[in-house]
Amino acid sequence: MSSSRDRILAAVRAAVAGAPEVPSAGPHEWVRPSGGLLELFVERLRDYRAVVHVVPAEEVRATVAEVLGERRVVVPEGFPPDWLPSSFLRDEPPLSVVELDRVDGVVSTCAVAVAETGTIVLDGGPGQGRRALTLLPDYHLCVLTDNQIVPSLSEAVAALDPHRPLTWISGPSATSDIELNRVEGVHGPRTLNVIVATRRTTAPDSP
Amino acid sequence: MRVALFVTCVNDTLFPNTGKAVVSLLRRLGVDVDFPQEQTCCGQMHVNTGYRDEGVRLARGFLSVFGRYDAVVSPSGSCASMVREQYPKLAAGMGATRAKAFTRVHRGRTRFAEAVAEVTPKVYDLSEFLVDVLGVTDVGACFPHRVTYHPTCHSLRGLRVGDRPVRLLEAVRGLELVPLPQADECCGFGGTFAVKNAAVSAAMCADKIGHVMDTGAEVLCAADNSCLMHIGGALRRQRSGVRVMHLAEILASTEDLGARR
Amino acid sequence: MSRTFVGMPAFPRAAEEAVQDSQLRFNLRKATHTIRGRRAAVVDEVPDWAAMRAAGKVVKDDVLRNLERYLLQVEEAVTRAGGHVHWAADAAEANAIVTRLVEDTGHREVVKVKSMATQEIGLNEALAQAGITAYETDLAELIVQLGDDLPSHILVPAIHRNRSEIREIFQENMARWGRPAPDGLTDEPATLADAARLHLRERFLSTKVGISGANFVIAETGTLVVLESEGNGRMCLTLPETLISVVGIEKVLPTWRDLDLFLRLLPRSSTGERMNPYTSTWTAGVEGQEFHLVLLDNGRTRVLADEVGRQALRCIRCSACLNVCPVYERVGGHAYGSVYPGPIGAILTPQLRGTASELDASLPYASSLCGACYDVCPVAIDIPEVLVHLRARGPHPAGERAGMRAAGWVFSRASRLRGVQRVMSRMRRFVPRRWLPGPGSAWTQTRDVPAVPAESFREWWEREGR
Repeated sequence: MSSSRDRILAAVRAAVAGAPEVPSAGPHEWVRPSGGLLELFVERLRDYRAVVHVVPAEEVRATVAEVLGERRVVVPEGFPPDWLPSSFLRDEPPLSVVELDRVDGVVSTCAVAVAETGTIVLDGGPGQGRRALTLLPDYHLCVLTDNQIVPSLSEAVAALDPHRPLTWISGPSATSDIELNRVEGVHGPRTLNVIVATRRTTAPDSP
Repeated sequence: MRVALFVTCVNDTLFPNTGKAVVSLLRRLGVDVDFPQEQTCCGQMHVNTGYRDEGVRLARGFLSVFGRYDAVVSPSGSCASMVREQYPKLAAGMGATRAKAFTRVHRGRTRFAEAVAEVTPKVYDLSEFLVDVLGVTDVGACFPHRVTYHPTCHSLRGLRVGDRPVRLLEAVRGLELVPLPQADECCGFGGTFAVKNAAVSAAMCADKIGHVMDTGAEVLCAADNSCLMHIGGALRRQRSGVRVMHLAEILASTEDLGARR
Repeated sequence: MSRTFVGMPAFPRAAEEAVQDSQLRFNLRKATHTIRGRRAAVVDEVPDWAAMRAAGKVVKDDVLRNLERYLLQVEEAVTRAGGHVHWAADAAEANAIVTRLVEDTGHREVVKVKSMATQEIGLNEALAQAGITAYETDLAELIVQLGDDLPSHILVPAIHRNRSEIREIFQENMARWGRPAPDGLTDEPATLADAARLHLRERFLSTKVGISGANFVIAETGTLVVLESEGNGRMCLTLPETLISVVGIEKVLPTWRDLDLFLRLLPRSSTGERMNPYTSTWTAGVEGQEFHLVLLDNGRTRVLADEVGRQALRCIRCSACLNVCPVYERVGGHAYGSVYPGPIGAILTPQLRGTASELDASLPYASSLCGACYDVCPVAIDIPEVLVHLRARGPHPAGERAGMRAAGWVFSRASRLRGVQRVMSRMRRFVPRRWLPGPGSAWTQTRDVPAVPAESFREWWEREGR
């Protein structure tokens, strides 16, 4: 008796036997956004109703403190010390899901950001932590630097390692399930706050 | 240039005025148009209802009748689209039935495919022929009425005639063209769909005539009498007072401006 | 969910009933028109959409042409990364595999990410028979599950429900499945979404087994990809100790870099967004999770064997074709009698299940062939072409067959057509305008018949035209 594996593979083989080869699609180069990536990224993120602040690098710490206010937040290992809020929780030893559910928010960095789609991608690297950290708290603050913003998905896919668990985030949790209208806020963080640190001395858009 | 009129079986039998309008319009524009009398039907109804073999037989007939012309003009977006878009698929798909004796099928398939490749590029919908081949948008027509235009699916998404019919209508003297809301939505005709799924077809048609009546137009124009037979039949049943007219009939019209106003 | 599509009537009858439901018509019209506009807006802002669509077609055609090689690559990559790969020839086998895997964990509850593959095989019902409760966590799936309803859309299974119906379903049924609906629940979408959050929160935190499908499986790396919006997917993919993903064998993409293209194509076609809120990718068991991949055939190799019909396997389940379909808009999804409704369902269901039932045989005719579906398909599936192809397979009713044969006989000679036209002209006064017998009555129920002219075009031509 042959296994289902063998039978499926044999059926696949038989189904396309003699079919002509498909010409290769070749490498794809898509039209990428031109001009100000930072402005585009901010515009697209705001379109998803994320709260975005663009500040000079030296003002990040103050902005973090200001937007967090009284929130009790968890901060993953490897988050830049310069940007740390005055008080926070560490995920060390790992917090239980119940504990994570009870904290007010999470502060993280990201691996890369995409201007065209207003997306931030987390890969579990330094300052990002395991996936549950940025999922269970109702508030997520992501801090990144403007040189992390790439024009389009092409550059992001090329830069990321598929062997790491990736989370691509474009705005806060949302649903279109009721009358196909978008409503923000279901299971994931209902507020997404993003701070972009610029190397310029004057910020185009201070909070 | 030898130009043939492919009038289509529906127009030939039920809407002769459309064929006459094409002839008079083309002659007015200096085209010597012929009507090859051996023509019958392109096979669309058969193919689209699932009778491919009968459809292919009719397609072969079409190809032999029209093969000797330089251009074939049809006042039906749907039938022109059948020939130009679906004949090549029929030719390609003939290999899909592997059962028959290979060589015979193969030879027949090749001959059919060759004829398809030769004839189908010369087939035009009326608006394409006027705008692209003759290079005219003002055909010298006069039609002092309020008109809305329904762009029928096969003209729009099959042949991709684009705004050619609208440009032709806009150039007609006295004609007031009012846009039709949700114009690109199917009217619900769909050939045998209209009877096989009559309830859905009627629901689609009801929405279409609602939009037509919202425009306040006196005349609903389209480039396909099959769709107009369906929409017009419903408009008439509802005693709406809106007339339906084929594009060719409006373009052929030289109604006197003064007679109405 | 206890209801199934089994035993539904043929499409025309179910559709006739559905079009008379004015509330359903209103809900569908509103929802499909909303999403249509959103899709058009975000597709129009992509200058090279046509090239992307063409590339999407080529990539998926390559996958289908070389599927054996890609499947072996998937198996190798997932296994190497520490996951377990299972092969299921049909629904029964897939259900048995998943049931056994859940039983092996010792748990009796699973949380589910919305997945077409698991709906197709009726996994929830199979698990229920084994005493395992599957909790749907996508908002629309939750609405369907709580309402003991059937899905009617690929992306938004509860599209046939409006906000006030959803409120009613939540109030009446949430308590039976867990945390009851909050007091004073209104029909504001934000409030309803909030109720779903509260209802499922505890469940996410405590359930140890998650079941998902996947939008894509990358052959090169063994990476699975799930696109979602609400965060329920992230919960199910992240928190449980064991994750089981049931994936159709056609879901493969060759390389990691191909994800670029498909992340461009899918969200814009699907929810009409530049990017969906959350996309998760993972390669086998990550962060200590146990991972099982169940590769599902269930009729797909049969579809693959059909030269014309196989293009249906390019489908990435975006549902753009449903949202623009004039038939779907007026009938809704239930009449299609399958988890795959609308234009794609009309070509996929009869191929996956065959056309033995009256319903499945009627699906290829559930279209006016208007072509709107083909225009919006991000992988250029020529749905009208496949519909016509499936129609040619039959079976055809005897009366229709005779009529078509007669018509073919008339059309095969111009002289015959001329003869018929002459007879019609002579009888023209006797042709009723408002009532026809037999199949013609379906026409005259709502439409008048055109007047038969005194002479045909060809007669005029013979007389005057030449």
